Amino acid sequence: MTQETDPQEVEEIKRGNFLQFLSFTLGEEEYGVDILSVQEIRSWEPVSRIPNVPSYEKGVVNLRGAIVPIIDLRERFNLAHSEYTNLTVVVVLQTTLKGRSRTMGVVVDSVSDVNDIDTDSIQSAPDFGTKVSTEFISGLALVDERMLILLDVKKLLKLDGVDDAGEDDDES
Amino acid sequence: MSIDMAQFHQVFFEESFEGLDIMESGLLNLDMGDVDSEAINTIFRAAHSIKGGSGTFGFSAVSNFTHVMETLLDEMRDGRRQVTQSAVDVLLGSVDCLREMLSAIQDENEVDEVSVAEHKKALEIELNGKQADSQVADVEIPEQAANEITAIPNDSSESDWKISFCPHTDLLKTGNDPVRMFRELSELGDLDVIVDLQGVPPLFDLDPEECHLSWTLILKGNVPREEIDDIFDWVEDECDLSIQVLNSLEESVNIQQLEPSSVVGQAIPVVSLATENPANSEPKKDIPVVAKSAKSEEKKSKAVASTSIRVDTGKIDTLINMVGELVITQSMLSLVGEDFTSDKIDQLKNGLVQLERHTRELQESVMNIRMLPISFVFSRFPRLVHDLSSKLDKKIELKLVGEHTEVDKTVVELISDPLVHLVRNSLDHGIEMPADRIAAGKSEMGTITLEAYHRGGNIVIEVKDDGKGLNKDFLRTKAIEKGLLDPDAVLTDKQCYELIFMAGFSTAEKLTDVSGRGVGMDVVRRNIQSLGGNIEITSNLGFGSTISINLPLTLAILDGQSIAVGDETFIVPLGSIIESIKISDKMVNRVAGKGETFRLRDEYLPIVRMHNVFNVESAKATKLTEGLLVVVDGQGVRCGLFVDDLLGQQQVVIKSLEANYRRVEGVSSATILGDGSVALILDIPGLVRLSNQ
Repeated sequence: MTQETDPQEVEEIKRGNFLQFLSFTLGEEEYGVDILSVQEIRSWEPVSRIPNVPSYEKGVVNLRGAIVPIIDLRERFNLAHSEYTNLTVVVVLQTTLKGRSRTMGVVVDSVSDVNDIDTDSIQSAPDFGTKVSTEFISGLALVDERMLILLDVKKLLKLDGVDDAGEDDDES
Repeated sequence: MSIDMAQFHQVFFEESFEGLDIMESGLLNLDMGDVDSEAINTIFRAAHSIKGGSGTFGFSAVSNFTHVMETLLDEMRDGRRQVTQSAVDVLLGSVDCLREMLSAIQDENEVDEVSVAEHKKALEIELNGKQADSQVADVEIPEQAANEITAIPNDSSESDWKISFCPHTDLLKTGNDPVRMFRELSELGDLDVIVDLQGVPPLFDLDPEECHLSWTLILKGNVPREEIDDIFDWVEDECDLSIQVLNSLEESVNIQQLEPSSVVGQAIPVVSLATENPANSEPKKDIPVVAKSAKSEEKKSKAVASTSIRVDTGKIDTLINMVGELVITQSMLSLVGEDFTSDKIDQLKNGLVQLERHTRELQESVMNIRMLPISFVFSRFPRLVHDLSSKLDKKIELKLVGEHTEVDKTVVELISDPLVHLVRNSLDHGIEMPADRIAAGKSEMGTITLEAYHRGGNIVIEVKDDGKGLNKDFLRTKAIEKGLLDPDAVLTDKQCYELIFMAGFSTAEKLTDVSGRGVGMDVVRRNIQSLGGNIEITSNLGFGSTISINLPLTLAILDGQSIAVGDETFIVPLGSIIESIKISDKMVNRVAGKGETFRLRDEYLPIVRMHNVFNVESAKATKLTEGLLVVVDGQGVRCGLFVDDLLGQQQVVIKSLEANYRRVEGVSSATILGDGSVALILDIPGLVRLSNQ
């Protein structure tokens, strides 16, 4: 009768209040996502376009037999669009939405580091008013005198028009 | 030693439901005149395993109930009882009751105790009411079972019993629990238990897993010997057992004499057990408390399709062989690739050919695993026909042909409801009353045939009856009456028959609770179309009608035509393509200056420009004369898809787009092409809707 232990729990017990974040850049800004939700990091490859969807949803790719959508984070965050090069990176994120596992790739400029961040030091995102959308941001953290914008993967993977209903019933 | 029994519950329920199905089909196939003992044996075995399983898991209500059924079956098996129609009906009712009990327990609902008691009573009446007969029969049939036990052979008449039961010390280790046995005994009649504690060693020497007790049991209430033997069946090798007829005069055990209950069908009193059993270390299992029944007419329908599948081990062995071959090919190829020189090119090619073959075989055998025989669906129909025909006072024989035809599990699950509907319709509307049949010069017994066979990549399921057939004029009049049809419409025979698929159409003169409300056939057709199939009717007035359903074998693979629009590739389901044409300007007409239509023979069809609908900027052909028009038909919606070019036909594996992404209008799903890129599979009705916006 072994009890299934959640790897996340073990991680937290071992590391105290530290969480690991994968950081990546979009232009000048540095973002971080919980490393446990990162499935893999791939280079950019051409996608199959999907008609009649928002422009930041670039299309779908074949990820070992699964059809996975690719989202351009620059466009999602209304940043200036940049050309895709060989260095452009797709971070494949995975989370559980409404009890179902959801995998999605996000296009970022480059991946930089993995940072241990004390959960106590995470500040909540300041309210910029309506000018800047802070809906995906779970907090801000300081790493080596640089500011890391921590993203909420669950909210990031929600698609407009698909997951609008039921905001916080995702935890299964 | 604590094992969580709950983990086995699911298996138990699955097996029990399977057992019930076996019992049901066995009972329906019983021929009253000439009873096949093997058939009864099969039914008996199924009942016995349900009883055993439910006993083990502590579902005592189920095991008690099954026990009564089993007793009845046992007597039939030994030939001590004639198999009568009434007995079979009672047993069938009990199978239903048992199924309800099991599903209630599975869903953790309350068991409908009233209905259980009713069925149990019916069984007992059946059992006891024929006592006289059974004794007569006993004379001729040699007793086997009873002799094997170290007991005094006894005629199997009912009486009161004295049982002395001295288990060996390791009885508990084999998983037998005297308490459970006594509980079963107590349900047979009035039970008194006297325990002998003399064998119990001092506390220090006591091993709690050993049984040092022995019992003397007095059982009253006209219990047949076999039932007692049944209970001790499992332990007879592990105990000293003697079962004797209790002579009430000699026996002066401290029990007060009870009137032997001889009234037929009287509910048997259950005496609460008071056994002390210090050696028994196992805690008593709680008997599922069956609360007062709140009779709810509407049962919650379980929409949950089963997620597990039973696969023939042969299929898995083939798969393993196939994987073995694949591994060999792979190692061969990597050997070739290790230091590749141009003279090894032949070896490489050979390897690739092998690889291709093995991959294809592997694909086929994996698909095969999902295939189930259609008998999974067909098996429920004998019962349905049996029940409905007696309800409608019709005489109907059901023939099943091609039950072993295999089809994808998903199809099996989804086809079942539409088929039930069709068979009910045939029963109710198709087959005439016996008197009408004789008057029409047909045999009194109507026949409904369910047939399944493969044709091409499809499975065809036919529901055939030799009833009165469809009356075209009558259908027509009815449709006009209901305002579904223009009185002046000219219809072909086929179109006439298809009227019955229209919503709100019913030919039944009076409503029955079987059918006739005019909802259903349209739903049937819609369900079948959503599975990618179609449904057709042929009929011969006075001689019956045939409804044939054509379904794809699997929902995982699709025959597709790839089309090019600019540098994008899309897949059109091959089945929905009628033809592809190159059109000239004069074939095109505009409606209100916008909507483009073209004339195909005598029909005007809308043109759907793919590059417009899907905003493809790279499209080469923008003038209608430059590209091709693919004429498609999707669920009755016809249109011409304007594309750049046709690429080729291929089988594609259907992948869900919604699993990680979203539903996209005009697209049903996606697939992965040979180069690893993703192509979208078009949804024709969705496309037409999209182009109309």
